[in-house]
Amino acid sequence: MASAGAQASPVLPRGRPAGVGALARRERRLAYRMLLPTFCIVLGIVLLPLVANFWISFKAVELGDLRPARPMFNEQLRPRPQAANEVVTLRYRVRNSSRKEALENLTFTDSIPAGLVLTVLPDGCRLEAPVLTCALGNLAGGERRDMVLPVTVQQTFLDSGVRVRRSKPQAQFETRNVLTSPEFTVANFRKVFSAQEFWSVLRVTLYYTIFGTLGALLLGLFAAQILHTAFRGRAVLRGLFLFPYVAPVIAVAFAWVLLLDAGPGGTFNAMLQQLGATDQPVNFLGRKYIDISIFGWQVQFPMALSTVIAFESWRYFPLSFLFILARMQSLPADMYEAAEMDGATPLQQFWYLSLPQLLGILSVLFLLRFIWTFNKFDDIFLLTGGAAGTRTLTVDVYEQAFAVSNLGAGAAVAVVVFALLLGFALLFFTFSPQDDD
Amino acid sequence: MRIGAVTWLALLCGAVWGGLWMLLTGLLLMLVSGLSIAPPVGMAALAGAGAAGVLIATPAQARGRRCLFVLTVVLPLMLATVTGFQPFGLPLAHRAEMQLPALLAWAGLCIAALHLCLDGFTAGRARRYLIEALLLRLLKGLALVLFSVFVALPFYVMVMTSLKSQQSLLANPLDFSIDFSRDFTVLFRSYIELFTEFHFGTFLANSAIVSVSTVLVTLAFAVPGAYAVARLRFPGRAFLSRSILLIYMVPAIVLVIPLYAVFSQLGLRNSLIGLMVVYPATTIPVALHMLQGYFRGLPAELEEAGLMDGLTRAQVIAKITLPLALPALATVSLYVFMIAWNEFLFAFMFLDDLDIFTLSRGVVSLNSSEVPRQHLMAGSVVATLPVLVVFLWFEKYLVSGLTAGSVKG
Repeated sequence: MASAGAQASPVLPRGRPAGVGALARRERRLAYRMLLPTFCIVLGIVLLPLVANFWISFKAVELGDLRPARPMFNEQLRPRPQAANEVVTLRYRVRNSSRKEALENLTFTDSIPAGLVLTVLPDGCRLEAPVLTCALGNLAGGERRDMVLPVTVQQTFLDSGVRVRRSKPQAQFETRNVLTSPEFTVANFRKVFSAQEFWSVLRVTLYYTIFGTLGALLLGLFAAQILHTAFRGRAVLRGLFLFPYVAPVIAVAFAWVLLLDAGPGGTFNAMLQQLGATDQPVNFLGRKYIDISIFGWQVQFPMALSTVIAFESWRYFPLSFLFILARMQSLPADMYEAAEMDGATPLQQFWYLSLPQLLGILSVLFLLRFIWTFNKFDDIFLLTGGAAGTRTLTVDVYEQAFAVSNLGAGAAVAVVVFALLLGFALLFFTFSPQDDD
Repeated sequence: MRIGAVTWLALLCGAVWGGLWMLLTGLLLMLVSGLSIAPPVGMAALAGAGAAGVLIATPAQARGRRCLFVLTVVLPLMLATVTGFQPFGLPLAHRAEMQLPALLAWAGLCIAALHLCLDGFTAGRARRYLIEALLLRLLKGLALVLFSVFVALPFYVMVMTSLKSQQSLLANPLDFSIDFSRDFTVLFRSYIELFTEFHFGTFLANSAIVSVSTVLVTLAFAVPGAYAVARLRFPGRAFLSRSILLIYMVPAIVLVIPLYAVFSQLGLRNSLIGLMVVYPATTIPVALHMLQGYFRGLPAELEEAGLMDGLTRAQVIAKITLPLALPALATVSLYVFMIAWNEFLFAFMFLDDLDIFTLSRGVVSLNSSEVPRQHLMAGSVVATLPVLVVFLWFEKYLVSGLTAGSVKG
C-alpha cells in the first residue's frame, strides 16, 4: 500500500527535504567557525604528531639527525689591509655542519663591500657587482673547503671601516633530510620486539598498571568510607587527603626518594631501624628483589616495583576518593534506615547496599585509572629512572629515544604503547554508560 | 558483671590504641626532639587494654568528664610503672620537658579514641550487629589515623628537610627538631639561596607566565567550542561531544618524540612559546568537555530571548552565557592552572636554558649530588606552595570540578 501511495503522488518529495534551510546552514557554519581553533590546535599538537610518530617509527633516525646539514661560513680578509692598492686575499672557509649528510650543489652569494676590487675570479664564481656568486659543488659530511679570492684594496674601503663579515653569505644547497626522505625500514620494530627485555618491560607495565590502579581504587574506597560520616575536622582531613594529587609530581616524587633513601640520611629507614623492624637499611627504590621467607618458603619480593606501585596508589587515591565520596553522599538515606529496621549489620549494609550502588562508578574509575596509569611516565622516571625492574613501556620510550639517542626505536615503542592503549580505550567505550551529559 | 564478646573487643581496642598511639607519639617525639627513642609498644598496648577494661566496666552514664580525666592521669602512671619509669625507652628525667607532654598526649589520645570507640557499649554479650559496629568503629579510627600519617609524612619530611642542613641530616636523619631561637636567615637559608643563587625567582615567574597564559588560551579556545557543541546543531555534533575526551587519553610520551623533532626544526623547542602551544592543546579537550556539560545545564530560553532582542551570538555568549557559567569557568581555570603548573615531561624535554626554566624543570636541575638535599626539598616546597594555596583557597570549585566531568590522571 505504501508504494502505491507514493506512486499516486509522484510530485511530492519523499523522506527528508533535500536541501537544508538557510538558517540551519548559517548555524552550521557558525558552529564550525567556533570549533575551528580547537580543531586546529588539536590537529597540530595531537593528531599530526600521532601520525608523525608512526612515520618516525619506520625510519632510522637518531637524535643527532634533527640538526640538518647546513654550510657554516667563515669570511676573512688576510692579511689585514694597511694601505691603498695593497693586494690581499678574501677567504671563505665553508664547513659542512653535519658529519654524515652531504651538501649537494652548494652555491653561495655574498655582497662585496665597496672599495674591494676582485681581480681574478676562480672557476665557478661570477661577479655581478657588488654581488659575488660562487658554486662549490658537493661537500661531503664534515668536509671543509676554502675559497680564496685575491682582492685589491682601495682607499674608500679603508676609510669606510666596513668589515667583510658584515654581509653574511647566503647559501643554496640540497641535502637529504632523514625525517622527510622516502626511505623506510622496519629495523626499529625488529629491534624492539627481539630485545630480551621487551617482554619483561611489558610484564612490568601490566603489573604496574593493574596493581597501581587497584591500589589507588581501594585506598580511595577506604578513604571515602572513613570520611563519609560527619565529624569535627572532616573538612580539614578531606583537604589533606587531596594533597598528594594536587602537589606537583616532582615535589612529591623527590620527597619520597629522600624519605626512602637507603643511604645515610634516609628518614624512613632510620625509623625502621630505630623501631627494630630491620637491621639493615632497605633499599626500597634500588633493589629489584628482596628475599622473604614465609613459613620456610623463599619468596622473591619485587621491592622497587612494589614501592613504585605504592607511590602510584598514594598519589592517585584522592581522585577515586572524591568520585566515590560524591557517589556515596548521593545515595538515599532512607534505604539505610530501612535496612537498619530489618536488622542488617553495618557490614551487610556495606556489602549488599553500598557496594552494588558504587559498582558503576568503581568500574568507570577502574578503566579510566587503568588507562592513565598505563600512560604514566613522570612518576617512575623520577623515582627510579626505570632501574631495578621498574622500566615500563613509557619509560622505555624515553630510554630508547633520548638516553640511547635512537628516535626511531623510541617511536616504535611509542607505537606499541598507542596500540595497546587503543585496545583499552575501546574496552572503556564499550563498557561506559551511554548517557550523554 | 558478665564478661562477653564486647569486653574482649574493648580490651582489643585498648591494646590496639595503646600500641598505635605509643608508636606515633614516640615517632613524633623522636622527630621533634631528636631523642633516640625505643617506644615500648607492647607495654603501651597492655596499659591501653587495662584502661579499656576499666572504661568498659564503668556504667555508660558514669563515663563523664571526670572519669575520663582520672583515666588520662592514671594511664601514664600505669605505663611508667610497668616500664620502670622509662615510658619511651629512656629515663623519664632526661629531657623531661619533652617526654612528659608526649606521655600525657599519648594518654589523652588513647582515652579519647577509646571513649569514641566504646561510647554506648557496656560489658556483656551482644548481638552480631553490635559486635560489627564496635569492630568497624575500631577499624575506621585506625584507618583514619594511619591514612593521615601516610598522606602527611612525605610532606612533613619535605618541609622539615628544607629547614635543616645536610650535615645534621646525615648525622641523625630522625632529628627534625627546629631551633627557633636561631636567626630567620639561618633557618630559611636554603630558600634564600634558591632565590639568590639558583634563579628560583625567574623560575617562579616563568611558571606563572606559562600557567596563566595556558589558562587564558584554553578558555579562549574552549569556550566557543563548548558553546557550539552544547547549543548549535551541526552534523558530527554527537560524535564530537563523545570523542573529544578520547584526545585526552593520548599519552604525552607518544607525542613527545614527534613534537621534539618538529619543534627542534622550527626553533620552538627551547622556548616558553613552545610550552604555551603544547599545554593548551592537552587541556582544551577536557576543558571543552567540562564546559559543554555545564552550558547544556543552563536554560536555553534566556539565550533565545537575547537572540530575539537582537543580540548577536557573540553578544549572547558574552552577556548571558558566560556570566551564568562563572562557577564552571572558575573550575576549569583552576584545573587547567594546576595541570600547567605541575607539568613535568614537556618542560623537561623542551627547556635547555636556565633563564626559561619553569619550576618543574628547575627543581629537577637541583637533583644532583653537588646540590645539598635541603635545597632540593626547599625547591619542592616552592613549587608546591603556590598550587596548594590556590587549591585550598578555591577547594570548593576544584572538588566539584574534579567530580563533575574531568578524568585527569
